[in-house]
Amino acid sequence: MKDSVKGMLVVAGSVIAAVGLFATGPSWGDDEGRGEEHGGMRASRVPVGAPASWKTECGSCHVPYPPAMLPAQSWARIMAGLDRHFGENASLPPAVAAEIGRFLAAEAGGPRGGEGGKAGTEPPLRITETPWFRREHREIGDAVWRRAAIGSPANCSACHRQAEQGIFNEHGVKIPK
Amino acid sequence: MGRLKGAVLGGLMVWGLTGWAAGGPEGQLQGWAREAGIPVSAFSAARGEALYRQERTSAQGAAIGCFSCHTKDPGQPGRTRAGKTIEPMASAVTPTRFTDPAKTEKWFSRNCQDVLGRACTPEEKGDFVTWLTRVKP
Repeated sequence: MKDSVKGMLVVAGSVIAAVGLFATGPSWGDDEGRGEEHGGMRASRVPVGAPASWKTECGSCHVPYPPAMLPAQSWARIMAGLDRHFGENASLPPAVAAEIGRFLAAEAGGPRGGEGGKAGTEPPLRITETPWFRREHREIGDAVWRRAAIGSPANCSACHRQAEQGIFNEHGVKIPK
Repeated sequence: MGRLKGAVLGGLMVWGLTGWAAGGPEGQLQGWAREAGIPVSAFSAARGEALYRQERTSAQGAAIGCFSCHTKDPGQPGRTRAGKTIEPMASAVTPTRFTDPAKTEKWFSRNCQDVLGRACTPEEKGDFVTWLTRVKP
């Protein structure tokens, strides 16, 4: 009896530790700990209640990048320049842009653009410029990014096979040759 | 019985009309024809194909065109710059193509600017869709 209780405690402890590790793992981070609240207990980084327009519009050219991956100021800059979106015209009808903008602002990452970002600097426009992204991908060389099946760091789902569902943890990573 | 028959016929008519409006690209082709002041029959699949295959040199000196993302074969899937697969453009392969007027206009407004550096005319849109809904890749 005692042993089984002990066993259960060990299991519970491991689960808590694992969840804790995951929650603080990639840390898109933020100062108020909202990352844990929103992403930690669920495998998916897609917030509950994400509008369909976000998935269909943002997701038509690339993985719909989860809002917590950039701070609110970054999303505001991106949404203000959709007609010149990284070299492409991605403009949206005003009502759709407003709906997506509200969602991104509400679910954005911390004010400093991810853990380690410097306060007072311009908010990054690219997720790949954030300190957390660089840290998480520091082992990936340029030649890997350029592989035909990958193309660029924008192509999350080339390696994170469940990126479309908002799942980016390391277990699901498979780097194509 | 007569009433039932009438109701069924009426229902079929309504279904047919909404199908005409929301289903295929016919309604949209008629709209572009009206705007251009020409009959739908004046749209040309050959001109549509030429538009699809047109090349332009970008400010960076690269050759760009529809093929940049959609490949030169409209029966093949394309790829966005961010690496996402684009369903083939030909209706014969992707039957949902050109069935959502708002989506069609949205992509014309974006991609004509990006590829041609200007908006497409209603005639060009009609030509383009006429080709892609007829081509058998």
